Amino acid sequence: MANVYVFQVLNGLGLGMIYFLISVGLTIIFGLLNFVNFAHGAFFLLGSYLCYTTVAWTGNFWLSLIAGPLVVGALAWVAERVLIVRVYHLPHTFHILITLGIALIIQESAIMIWGPVGKSVPVPELLQGVVRFGNFAYPQYRLFLIVFSAVIGLLLWLLLERTKFGALVRAGSENPEQVALLGTNIFRLFSLTFALGVALAGVAGVLSAPLRGAHPFIGTEVLGLAFVVVVIGGMGSFSGALVGGLLVGLVQSLMTSIWPQGASLMIYGAMAAVILLRPYGLFGRA
Amino acid sequence: MLVVDGIHSYYGKSHVLEGVSLEVKAGELVTLLGRNGAGKTTTLRSIAGMVRPRAGSITFEGRETVGRESFQIARSGVAFVQESRGIFGLLTVEENLRVAERKGGRWSIEDVYQMFPRLRERRRNGGRALSGGEQQMLAIARALVNDPKILLLDEPTEGLAPVIVDEIVRILRGIRESGMPVLLVEQNIAVCEKLADRHYILEQGRIVYAGSRDDFAADPAVRDRYLALSA
Repeated sequence: MANVYVFQVLNGLGLGMIYFLISVGLTIIFGLLNFVNFAHGAFFLLGSYLCYTTVAWTGNFWLSLIAGPLVVGALAWVAERVLIVRVYHLPHTFHILITLGIALIIQESAIMIWGPVGKSVPVPELLQGVVRFGNFAYPQYRLFLIVFSAVIGLLLWLLLERTKFGALVRAGSENPEQVALLGTNIFRLFSLTFALGVALAGVAGVLSAPLRGAHPFIGTEVLGLAFVVVVIGGMGSFSGALVGGLLVGLVQSLMTSIWPQGASLMIYGAMAAVILLRPYGLFGRA
Repeated sequence: MLVVDGIHSYYGKSHVLEGVSLEVKAGELVTLLGRNGAGKTTTLRSIAGMVRPRAGSITFEGRETVGRESFQIARSGVAFVQESRGIFGLLTVEENLRVAERKGGRWSIEDVYQMFPRLRERRRNGGRALSGGEQQMLAIARALVNDPKILLLDEPTEGLAPVIVDEIVRILRGIRESGMPVLLVEQNIAVCEKLADRHYILEQGRIVYAGSRDDFAADPAVRDRYLALSA
């Protein structure tokens, strides 16, 4: 019986790390650009489909893990340069309008290209087995997922906390005008950060494809969860995205053993509690 | 070096600068005086590219700056230290300097630590933990490591204790002696008189007086007329 819980905790960690990767991009973009990206889930979806196509053509999952986020990030960069840059100075309603539009374009294009029925992606051959701890067995791919996301998270943390680019992103989230006064091309910083944040959603999309496949409406679902994570953790906070993501992943996963129908209830209940007790989220700042 | 010629700047519909002209030559420290609301900060913001004048021209080293982005103007060598100081509270003192540092510039981070030993002591502290005086020192130090060719300072001594004001004056004198041109907006006349080569007085968006340090000192009527607190 205890094994069931260990299994669900590990599942929850994996799921939580995927939520973390999605939310951390959303939260960095919001932090620096003060911009709400409703297309974030759609870019995740694109990551999943790119994984499907790459694996279908080449049989190589690892290639998709590199190409998926790159393509998603490049598209995000173009979208930022062409469309999003025009609405930064407008109220948030315009941000929502334009990114919701982008999300619909991506989603409907996905239906046109890949059809309305979901696609499944095989687990990469290298990771098809299980890892045994005594009499307990756990799928290799799910363990890989936890470790790989943790490595990405660590690299991202180092990028934000230990490099000049990261310092500029943090400085810009506080006072972009001042960053420009020091001679930094703030528009380029915005584009790069937007592309980076969205590419992380692409990574999450690729990683989740072998588990959940790719289907056209996954974007909306993922976007909702990412917002829950960000509200729980606090808008603009790296640690908040990590803790919030793991919390949501673990709750979802454990609830499937305890009370499956209540999983969503628990998650949204947790979000409501955080909003009531700490309106800026667990790690948020006013 | 810096020539402002007849600029008109607006905030929305309010006409803040009505044809301001002034000049800062190489090696000069020039002050811009005037009562609150006269347009001093707007003049600096216009030079730094944060406000776009609708008419007139601003040239820096012979190049027109009106219409260029503020980061481009900063790169061309115009450093603007705002009255708010703009210290990044989420960054440490050292990170505040690192984001501004330009390799091969005239001042390195090590140089400014020598100028401001207090900043070296607090290098690992967050910007938010600094006192007002330390923030001002950091703002000036950060402008210097940005490798400027001219410094625009907006009320650097505002709200600081007299002993800190003396420290800032000492530092500004050092900067001036290094040959760096400075355009200083300051309410504290004593500070201005100690430092400036020339003064301009701005009133209701127009330059109403321009004179050398000696002319200004010899003419107390000017001070009474334009700078005394109105009753």
